[in-house]
Amino acid sequence: MSDDRIFIRLIVNGESVAREIPARLNLVDFLRDELGLTGTRWSCEHGVCGACTVLINGELARGCLVFAVQLEGCHVETIEGLSRSGVLADLQAVFQRRNAVQCGFCSAGMLLSADALLRENHAPSRAEIREHLSGNYCRCTGYHAIVDAVAEVAAARAVKVKAT
Amino acid sequence: MSILSFLDKPASYIGKRVPRPGAKRLLAGGGRYVDDLRPPRLVHLAFVRSPYAHARLVSFDAGAASRAPGVIRIITAKDIEGLYTPWVGVLTHFKGLKSPPQHPLALERATWQGEPVVAIAAESRALAEDAAALVRIEWQELPSVTDMEESLAPETKPIHPALGDNLAFTRSIDAGEVDAAFAGADTVVVEEEYSFARHTGVCPEPRAILADYDPAGQSLTVHYSNQAPHMMKEIFAKHFGLAENAVRVLCPDVGGSYGIKIHVYPDDMTAVAASILLGRPVKFIADRLESFVSDIHAREHRVKARLALSKTGEILALDMDDLTGIGPYSTYPRTSAVEGNQVVNLTGSWYRHRNYRARLRVAFQNKPPTTQYRAVGHPIACAVTEAIVDRAAAELGLDPADIRRINLIPDDAYPWTTASGLKFEKLSHQAALETLLKLMDYDGLRREQAELRNRGIHRGIGLASFVELTNPGPAFYGVGGAPISAQDGATIRLDPGGSVTCAFSVTEQGQGTEAMAAQIAASALGLPIEKVRIVTGDTERTPYGGGTWASRGAGIGGEAVLQAAHALKQNILELAGIMLQTPAAQLDLAEGWVTDLAGARRIGLDEVGRAAYFRGDTLPPGTQPEMSATRHYMPKLYPFAFTNGVQGSYLELDAETGFVRLLKHWVVEDCGRVINPMLVDEQIRGGVVQGIGGALFEECIYDEAGQLLNGNLADYLVPMAAEMPDIEVAHIETLTQDSALGAKGAGEAGTAGAPAAVMNAVNDALKPFQVRISTQPMTPQRILRALGKV
Repeated sequence: MSDDRIFIRLIVNGESVAREIPARLNLVDFLRDELGLTGTRWSCEHGVCGACTVLINGELARGCLVFAVQLEGCHVETIEGLSRSGVLADLQAVFQRRNAVQCGFCSAGMLLSADALLRENHAPSRAEIREHLSGNYCRCTGYHAIVDAVAEVAAARAVKVKAT
Repeated sequence: MSILSFLDKPASYIGKRVPRPGAKRLLAGGGRYVDDLRPPRLVHLAFVRSPYAHARLVSFDAGAASRAPGVIRIITAKDIEGLYTPWVGVLTHFKGLKSPPQHPLALERATWQGEPVVAIAAESRALAEDAAALVRIEWQELPSVTDMEESLAPETKPIHPALGDNLAFTRSIDAGEVDAAFAGADTVVVEEEYSFARHTGVCPEPRAILADYDPAGQSLTVHYSNQAPHMMKEIFAKHFGLAENAVRVLCPDVGGSYGIKIHVYPDDMTAVAASILLGRPVKFIADRLESFVSDIHAREHRVKARLALSKTGEILALDMDDLTGIGPYSTYPRTSAVEGNQVVNLTGSWYRHRNYRARLRVAFQNKPPTTQYRAVGHPIACAVTEAIVDRAAAELGLDPADIRRINLIPDDAYPWTTASGLKFEKLSHQAALETLLKLMDYDGLRREQAELRNRGIHRGIGLASFVELTNPGPAFYGVGGAPISAQDGATIRLDPGGSVTCAFSVTEQGQGTEAMAAQIAASALGLPIEKVRIVTGDTERTPYGGGTWASRGAGIGGEAVLQAAHALKQNILELAGIMLQTPAAQLDLAEGWVTDLAGARRIGLDEVGRAAYFRGDTLPPGTQPEMSATRHYMPKLYPFAFTNGVQGSYLELDAETGFVRLLKHWVVEDCGRVINPMLVDEQIRGGVVQGIGGALFEECIYDEAGQLLNGNLADYLVPMAAEMPDIEVAHIETLTQDSALGAKGAGEAGTAGAPAAVMNAVNDALKPFQVRISTQPMTPQRILRALGKV
């Protein structure tokens, strides 16, 4: 079973990647071990905690619930790519300023989830922010500062949209 | 001139909301945790764990496993015999505490479900797990002891026959005239029994170790997700027979610890033994499922309490009995007696009564070991105290705020020694309570509650005062023989370009150690904070110190940084004085410059650095620049720096479903000098939510056979964002005179008081139904049971 190897091609953070990999290789292991993209984290490994959150074709996904071989031809984006492209820059700056991060283990998933929320809902209430982030486990912050940070970025993005 | 004058300068960073410089890297996915490290020839470890709570290992067949693809070695207890010495979790100052020797892998018997039995070393974790599934072990299941009462029953066979019985430790306190107080003619007596389930830490980054033994150099390098690298260095050296300075422990980024990552774990010790056996780097990363049965658990208490009061509400005496279960071993090196010991020391200690009796019994069980976890004993002591005080208030028709006003130790009564013998330097319970009541608009909430009750909406308001033990001195652990340092150290070096590097023995787990140290160093040296670099988490590159535990980083470590900065400043001013031909006493540092006392710039620190390191030829003969300074600090005046605070909870209870909706939470806290209000608030908030987890959701549910029934994150509920309230935090600053900085700890206060505040709020909401709940977590099922609905 573990011997079955499959050839796949996909786009990761805008770069074309081709690998022959074991059929059972999980997306998180693929990113971490094959590509060295360690910003995507293992934590619960059963789809609850959100530490492994990535974007697949622009949609939020739990990396731990996906086999890499399912992603032939797909676009995968991780915290590394989204940091470099600047997509998350405003969220990252406010998370830092408000200390909406402590140990940092959940942060990639938190940022990706928050950004997905703000793309769909330009003026989320605190309750909506809390609800949307409830698939991302943080043990350090108690969530309050994270909610503050997301609300602040939502307001700032709204002003920017109005201005343009 | 006061030594603290730098605090008042406009450029001081003390008391400012300075963001953590290191957070940028973490937010960009650039964190380096142990699992991100991949040295050449790396071996991965997986474990076969005991499926039974108590069983004898009859026979063992690893033939198929050893032939499985990628397997490097199957490692049994026999294979590592002689590579280590077993460890025993006792401390000499806990008289009578007993625990058997513990080994990396179970010898002939396993004593909890999840105890590591066989290790598989393979080329990848996946291949190691494949092989683990092929290991055949024949077990003979033995009777297991899971219930605490049953554990201590005379007819129960001891889990460790050599110890005689299952009572690991017991201690009693009897101060004042307890019986007389209870027997008084006008005495009002209330009593209640409380239960607290087991829960566990659920660190986002599971336990992680990368042990690399170099057979040629006979040296061991361990990258470890850990809170106390210097302690672990001592332990690895001692138990693997290595020279003290042949062991190096590094803590890269740590993905949450909360007390979980400060104990000796058998699987971690196996990883070190495997590296010595194989002469290769060995990595073990606990997965989530095995974390639930191999991380330490916490709490599990049953407390009976009785309170005697006068008719006017003065507490006359408190009598309590705590029974706590610790699994089959007392953990090493801190022991599993400390949690219960804190409970009996702390219960009721913020009130004025002089009569106090307590009994602690610590029982062995066939479940994972329990031991120190964030706020050690405090949540139990606080919940028991505050719940029974509320119960008494109800009995006497007093408002919960008023019974506290009557009984809290007055703010002008310090220093104070409690009935249990704790020494409080100076606390601010009364001021904290009044500040909280104003902050939460207590009277307004009471009016709202009354109005909503008329409409069938059941809201509850809970108050909980508390103390927190911080900045422990050597009397906490060192005196009992553990290699646990109560002091910390900092070395600050001026670099040639005028910036400084500070090597600091306190570790960073995300709480903001490095920002705190940078703020102190920058303020004391008159530097922009960007010019300060803090180095932590490496036993070879930092001064010796205790690390992160017991809310001590700022209070103890921060003072070491301050003193080192003062010493370096003096050295810099002396050299600058020589260069400027001005007495050092007439010079100061500001904004990266040497200035005169009026603040006028004389020379830049880069010029001083250049002269010191590269142009000694320009200095007068005999000048020896000393551009590094090291200082250590250990608390002296008090064994602990107690802090205090009070929390308020406001919630709504659905009497049909038993669901609790948290509406708001408030904390007023006094940790002495607040170095960074933002970081302190975040410590408090995170702690509160961890406490709420234990109060409402988190429970390791075991069946009678000692099997964990909910060991995954779908069934074990942790607090998520939607269920948590906004948390407002305010501070009172009562400085400790034990240090120049005056800072006390803040890391555990939130967790100490939150379960009590929430429990009192739930019971307040239940008041119209004339029922109470005294078991945590207060799940919907338990609330409905209290309401007689199920």
